[in-house]
Order: sequence, then structure tokens, then C-alpha cells
Amino acid sequence: MSDIPSDLKYVASHEWIRDEGDGVVTIGVTDHAQDLLGDVVFVELPDVGTEYDNGDDIGVVESVKAASDIYAPLSGEIVAVNEELEDSPEQVNSDPYGDGWFIKLRLSDTSELDALLDAEGYAELCEAEA
Amino acid sequence: MGQKTALYEKHQQMNAKLVDFGGWDMPINYGSQVEEHHIVRKDAGMFDVSHMTVVDVTGADAKEYLQYLLANDVAGLKQQGKAMYSAMLNETGGVVDDLIVYLMTEPHVGGEWFRVVVNCATREKDLRWMADHTAHFDNVALTEQPDLAMVAIQGPNARSKVASVLSESRVKLIDDLTVFQGVESEGWFFARTGYTGEDGLEVMVPEDEVAGFWQALADAGVSPCGLGARDTLRLEAGMNLYGADMDEKVSPLAANMGWTIAWEPAERNFVGREVLEQQRQAGVKEKMIGLVLEARGVLRSHQKVIINGEEAGEITSGTFSPTLGCSIAMARVAAGAIESCHVDMRGKQVEVKVVKPSFVRNGAKVFS
Repeated sequence: MSDIPSDLKYVASHEWIRDEGDGVVTIGVTDHAQDLLGDVVFVELPDVGTEYDNGDDIGVVESVKAASDIYAPLSGEIVAVNEELEDSPEQVNSDPYGDGWFIKLRLSDTSELDALLDAEGYAELCEAEA
Repeated sequence: MGQKTALYEKHQQMNAKLVDFGGWDMPINYGSQVEEHHIVRKDAGMFDVSHMTVVDVTGADAKEYLQYLLANDVAGLKQQGKAMYSAMLNETGGVVDDLIVYLMTEPHVGGEWFRVVVNCATREKDLRWMADHTAHFDNVALTEQPDLAMVAIQGPNARSKVASVLSESRVKLIDDLTVFQGVESEGWFFARTGYTGEDGLEVMVPEDEVAGFWQALADAGVSPCGLGARDTLRLEAGMNLYGADMDEKVSPLAANMGWTIAWEPAERNFVGREVLEQQRQAGVKEKMIGLVLEARGVLRSHQKVIINGEEAGEITSGTFSPTLGCSIAMARVAAGAIESCHVDMRGKQVEVKVVKPSFVRNGAKVFS
């Protein structure tokens, strides 16, 4: 069973969202997602300053198995990207909720947070997919 | 639920992630396939390859039969235990399967005999094909050996680590093996062969003894490795994967297997020879090339290859190369000079470097 921290929010595309409380969220992929992907070998992230709408294609994760798109789970402006992933993409596998984070986003509409899944809802979704 | 090898419980104990592979539940990795890949290049890793199909070929006509069945010529196996890689072709010159054949050492009723190892996914078709072709011969018997498990131990320290768990008499036997040679020992078979581009052994073991052997190897510091690492290792080594890089519709001449065809003696007739001769005379229309992507991204099978601005074929196997830190691939393309080469990656044309389809041997890069 994969690790699903209860203090995070989730979307069905297997990304987690941490509300940093100041209108900024941190985003990465879940433990379940990294397990499905297998060893991650490249992560292509967007440029800081770019604005995206909820659901936009913002980057790509390439694992030994496949290339997968990363989607913006919320609307907003990119304020930081995890540059360490360029040299150490394996952090996505080893620490998906910590050192393996992808981006920080300044939300354009904080009410979008209400539509996210909680840990329980995400766990049910994973189970239904299994 | 698929078929299980005699090592299934060991895999579960060692936290393998199991996947279906040709009807078998096999380990894809035990955590990280990239780490397993590096272990084989630098130290020693072991793979359960018990799903492979082992067939013994015996009888007075065994040699003649294999000379007819295979595109390579077993007459070239002169030393006891020597191994040979060959294609088994159909009448239209396509590859039914690729295999390894060993000239066995122990005397057998009927004289010289051979052991053939074919792929697991093609087992039924191969056995049928092989049986059908015995019809031209009076005295040849095929005996599958389903009770033999097989472990491949690969890497620069593989042979010394295997030696550390064997009896003195067996250590002597494996010390004397040359590359591509095998030897029997009381129901076991040790061969200095593999599918990784590293030194190492493939060991056939009676099923009831294999779990003990596997555990002894683990205790001696040999890491379990899954089929994920096996695939990246073989691709770096430029070794074909049946079903991806060639199949029944592909000529060995278009799959970088020309070196495995024994054209001489000209009077040896083998299945598919006539068509191959015609292809050779007419000129082969396709060839296999190696691709290296120096930019970020991973080449994948079936991506289109564009040469000199025109679509010229597709990738047959592509992956991330852990040893080189970039992506590599094998592709089958139209024969001819290459001025420029691009791959269509998710709608973008990306420039790639063209090399011979071999990337890493004995831990080191082989192209420039």
C-alpha cells in the first residue's frame, strides 16, 4: 500500500498539493504515481513566471517505462521549480512528498482548493484503479 | 495468475515487484531497476531466467538436424561445451526465434548432443516448429527440460562471487570455462554466457536446488535484479530482443544478425537459405542502426525515424541508458547514406546521433 499523507490534497491525475497558507501551493506526484512510473530519469518543468490554467500541460516526467504529462492541478503562476530534479530525478522516487516536489504555484483563485480530494478520497480512487 | 518459477517465494521475500511476462509472474525490479543496472555493470547481479525454454536435442542425426534447422552452423562448435547464437528461420527468411545452442559434454546414447535455449514467449510455436522439422530425419529426439531452473549471474565480479558458493570441484570447472562455453556437473549446467554485455554465468539448476543456490548467492553479495534492468543492459549491449527488434516478418539481414548466418559451406541447406540468398543478391532494403539522444528525453519503440528529411523507419527498442546517462535506441530504417537523422518524439522532431547498434561493453561506452 502506498503512502498517502493526510495533511495533503490530491487530484485524480496523481498529483499532491500542499497548501502553504499564503496563497502558494507546492505540487508533486504521489507515491502511488512514482511506483507506477518506475525509475524517473528526466523531469521537464515549466519556467518560473509562467501562468497556467487548471488542467494545462506544464511539463513531462520521463521514467524508464514511459513519458507522462504533468498537469496543473490548479490555476496560477509558477513561482518556483525544483531545479535539483535536473541532476537528481531519482528524488521523485525516493522522496515524492519531500525532495521530489516539482513546482510552487501562486494561486489565481484559492477557491479551487475546495475541489481537491483529501487523503481518504485519493486512497479510494487508487483502490478503484487497482 | 501466471506460472511461477521455483524462485517465486524468494522473489516475494526480496520485495520483488512482479509483472506478467509471457504468461509468467516475473520480477520487473526489486526496488530500482536503474540501481540494479549499475550493480551489474560494476559488481554482480542475478536474474531469474527460469522462464526460458530448454530443449535437449539428441540422437545420431542431432547435428545434421540442427544444421538444417538453424541459420548458423553447429559444425562450428568444435570444443566441448561451446555455445553459438543463431536464428531459427522460416521458409520466407523471417526469424521464428533467436536462441543459444550448446554442444554438450557428457556422453549420451547416440553420440554428440546439443542443448538449445529459446525464448519463453515463443515456447509453443518453437517446440512445434522444431518437432515438425524432425520429420526429415530418422534419428533425432527433442526433450524439453521444464524442471531446470535458470539463474543468470552477471557483472565483473559475477564469476568470483559464484565461485565463493560452490564446491572446489565446481570452482575448477567454471574457472576453466572460456567465453561462450558451458560445462555440466551432476545435473547442473554452468555456461559463461549472458544477455548484458558483461562477463558472467548462466547456471541451470534442478528446481529443488535453486532456492538454496539463490539464497547463497544473495548471502555472498550478489544483488537480485529484475527484467527491467535486463532490458536496459541488453539494449546498451546492442543485443536484440525477439518480438521487438525482429520477428517472423523480419529478415536477419535487416536485424543486425548477418554475422550469425553461416553461408559456407554453400551446399549446407538450411530453412530460409534460398530466400536469404536472393535478398543478399538483390541487396537488403533495410538495416538496423543505433541512435543516441544527447538532449533530454527518452526514445521509445515505434517512434518514427526521419533520415535526410524523409520518414525512413521506426525505433524497435528505445530506453534510457543508465550507464551513459542519456537515451539510446535501435531502429530499423531504409538502407542508404545518412546525412541527418531525427526522431519524431511526441510531435517534435529531435536530432539524434547515428552509431552502430552497440553502446556499452564491459562497463564502458563503445561508440565515439
